[in-house]
Amino acid sequence: MSELLIFERGRPGRAARAQQPRPERDCDLPENLLRTQAPLLPEVSELDAVRHYTRLSQRNFSIDTHFYPLGSCTMKYNPRAANRLAMLPGFLERHPLAPESVSQGLMACLFELQEYLQALTGMSAFSLTPMAGAQGELAGVAMIRAHHLDRGEPQRTEILVPDAAHGTNPATATMCGCTVEELPTRSDGDLDLETLQAMVGPRTAGIMLTNPSTLGVFERQIGAIERIVHEAGGLLYYDGANLNAVLGKVLPARMGFDVMHINLHKTFATPHGGGGPGSGVVGVGEALRPFLPIPFVIRDQQGFRWAGSADCPKTIGRLSAFMGNAGVLLRAYAYLRLVGRSGLSRISDYAALNANYLMTALRQAGFEMAFPQRRASHEFVLTLKSVAKSTGVTAMDFAKALLDEGFHAPTTYFPLLVPECLLIEPTETESKQTLDRFVEAMTLLLERAERAPRELKEAPLRMPVKRLDDVRAARRLDVRYVPPTDAAASEQLNAAGQ
Amino acid sequence: MPFIPHTTEDTEQMLRTIGIAAIDDLFDEIPAALRQIDLGAIPDAISEQELTRFMRRRAARDELDLCFLGAGAYEHHVPAAVWELATRGEYYTAYTPYQAEASQGTLQVIYEYQTMMASLTGEDVSNASLYDGASALAEAVLMAVRANRQSKSKTILLPEGLNPLYADTVRTITASQGISCLSLPYDSSSGRIDTAALEQHAAEDITALVIPQPNVFGALEDVDALADWALDHGVTGIAVVNPISLALLEPPGQWGRSGVPIACGEGQPLGIPLSSGGPYFGFLTCRKSHVRQLPGRLVGRTLDLDGRPGFTLTLQAREQHIRRSRATSNICTNQGLMVTAATIHMSLLGPEGLRRVALTCHQRAQALLKAATSIPGVEAVFPAPYFHEVVLRLPGDAGRVLARMAESGIAAGLPLEPWYPELENCVLACATETKTEDDIARYAESLEAALSPAGGMR
Repeated sequence: MSELLIFERGRPGRAARAQQPRPERDCDLPENLLRTQAPLLPEVSELDAVRHYTRLSQRNFSIDTHFYPLGSCTMKYNPRAANRLAMLPGFLERHPLAPESVSQGLMACLFELQEYLQALTGMSAFSLTPMAGAQGELAGVAMIRAHHLDRGEPQRTEILVPDAAHGTNPATATMCGCTVEELPTRSDGDLDLETLQAMVGPRTAGIMLTNPSTLGVFERQIGAIERIVHEAGGLLYYDGANLNAVLGKVLPARMGFDVMHINLHKTFATPHGGGGPGSGVVGVGEALRPFLPIPFVIRDQQGFRWAGSADCPKTIGRLSAFMGNAGVLLRAYAYLRLVGRSGLSRISDYAALNANYLMTALRQAGFEMAFPQRRASHEFVLTLKSVAKSTGVTAMDFAKALLDEGFHAPTTYFPLLVPECLLIEPTETESKQTLDRFVEAMTLLLERAERAPRELKEAPLRMPVKRLDDVRAARRLDVRYVPPTDAAASEQLNAAGQ
Repeated sequence: MPFIPHTTEDTEQMLRTIGIAAIDDLFDEIPAALRQIDLGAIPDAISEQELTRFMRRRAARDELDLCFLGAGAYEHHVPAAVWELATRGEYYTAYTPYQAEASQGTLQVIYEYQTMMASLTGEDVSNASLYDGASALAEAVLMAVRANRQSKSKTILLPEGLNPLYADTVRTITASQGISCLSLPYDSSSGRIDTAALEQHAAEDITALVIPQPNVFGALEDVDALADWALDHGVTGIAVVNPISLALLEPPGQWGRSGVPIACGEGQPLGIPLSSGGPYFGFLTCRKSHVRQLPGRLVGRTLDLDGRPGFTLTLQAREQHIRRSRATSNICTNQGLMVTAATIHMSLLGPEGLRRVALTCHQRAQALLKAATSIPGVEAVFPAPYFHEVVLRLPGDAGRVLARMAESGIAAGLPLEPWYPELENCVLACATETKTEDDIARYAESLEAALSPAGGMR
């Protein structure tokens, strides 16, 4: 059954009156500046709204309700304490431009977070402003470009990206005015070094790497890659999406990376919120330090203050109006304090234990792994290539059938180079018992794929909707509600627009 | 191990299944030389109780009694229900709704949000959010460059009356794409775009004109004339608007003879706490003709196998996970939870509530201006009309006056001189519906005291 839209629940003249201030008089702004028709907003009571959005929430899977092994997204438990503490009134009500003299509480937390992240990565400095991983990447590649320009090498515009990389890597390189050269992966999951050696040269700006890679394996030749790229005059960018796998064990700076971002909403357990907000803080080694995005927090005799372009004249600039997703940063800070120094490497310990256990158990249940000879990092790639060939049941069908079993699906069809793949990341906060239930469900689905493949092709059956017609969604674009009375007028508009 | 559930027995069984002796063996593919690490700078774990006490103390240091700051972030009343609902685990801990069947809640919320934002701005389509208002403008500029195929110059006119933090952000994000941003001066008597200066660009190839409404001074621009100028010169108009003000003001889709095709802005006033600058969300809406140039997520309504309506992410071929280096933007994670809160906020306010909030804001700003300018020497820098922010010129050193007022718990406004050297001792002050008559009286008293010789000000 479908839920009505909030607009359809309303009645003209109904309102949540406790939320209405009382203006003193009518509007006295010049008439030519005013709108003539009220916007289409719901006219509902407070209870209508509360009930509607509570019911909608129940149509979601989430970490709090379901096992959510979405590879590459690190869907670990988001501690409630972090939420409560970030929403303390002093933090929540602080205006972004409030004087530094009444901002020392926040700035102390952010300064310490910068320092902790430096210790955890080996980088020399951090800027916390990027609002998501992709914005961190943008900052990182922009700094690489600024570095080459500063050294009088404007021709260095090529960014090397493995074929297994996140889509944000090549998209970012383009946004930074660079061209993208794709690096092939060998069948054991490591990069093809001969091709790398042949591709680098005087036009190389740098390489963007995730290590462990999106294939769920640690790139063992990282030392050689570092030498090849640095000798060619390029820099190394570390995509921190998979930091959870090596947290507290390996410093990205020690691997030879010059710049990196961390997705705090992955490794540091801040919520994903149905698609954000995230935080993609960037760290740099000494070479790129002059180019860090502003503002960041520094400390002098008077206390903490914001560093701007006067402190950092070569900065790539500002990435948003203020200082980034402060509320997310506070949640990550709280998480770090709760976990503490000795807890950090246990995160990667148990993330790896869960991934390798799940991989082993699924292999024993008859599933095929993309890289069976390798250790899993904190995630692994399973391929349903032969199942699809023999039964017609695809990775997508498995994903949808898992929903019916009460599990969120793993990432499907990524990385792109493994056919019919599921990228599975259990995270350290799941218990052995949950993993065992997942293996049972997968085993059952494998049996059903062989026995009654058609059933799986129709899944899910127990969700609020069945499979949706994506082609129709794109062809007959319906991206906003049009009330029945306006529908006729809208038809005309559509006809005119085509 | 605060959030790790494994018992010793679990761990042992798991190691046996894998066939290794210790967890450390799982890391044997990592070169040993890389595996030395000193985390001495990080303190050891504390309990939730200890951390709560510690962070309460820190947060309390940042509390102010009264805040009259605006400049892109605004204090508004947020109904209790908004964040009670938005922080439900089902919203708070879900991810991007890739698996549509398991994400109908979030998807429907976004569809409702898209409807509200499209209507509020008078455009056809809204995306599912960007990071904040400033980065949304940067994306709007990139979008205009892709969409305006008549223009070859990639030249953008940025009015000086656009919030300088936005102009800086646009310059950073578009820096490497061969886009040139030209500054368009403001008229020093009105605080609005200098139309004579604009006219000087009439014969040039200009790709887009950014039109802020209200502008950084709080002043309302003659948007009809600006939109028509853009239309007449083959220039793509980009509106940067305050969503609360749109409950009163003409929506960008209707500016001038045929509106501007792209509108964007900061969504924070719609139920998002000030929270030091983020997380907020940027909104971006456009004409249907521009939809394929839109960056970010978009939710569409479609039918399922049984012919029942449902929601899904659509037109994904624009996005980085499909199109990679040829995507419209690199954006992936956006500001989903903020959009959820804003949608609930707009539902609770409704058209009448939002109009009342906007009108009350305007009237509180009028009261603030009146109270402040009744103090000898304090004057309004620009004439009406304005929305909920005004520029005051003080008869003394603005920095010292503001510092003095901050000591008594009032953030009285933003000194404008660092951004506009000609606006010496000028302060940008904002009053929203949250400011009562008493608050405004206290502001005026405190300002007068800070200005008086007895207050140490000369």
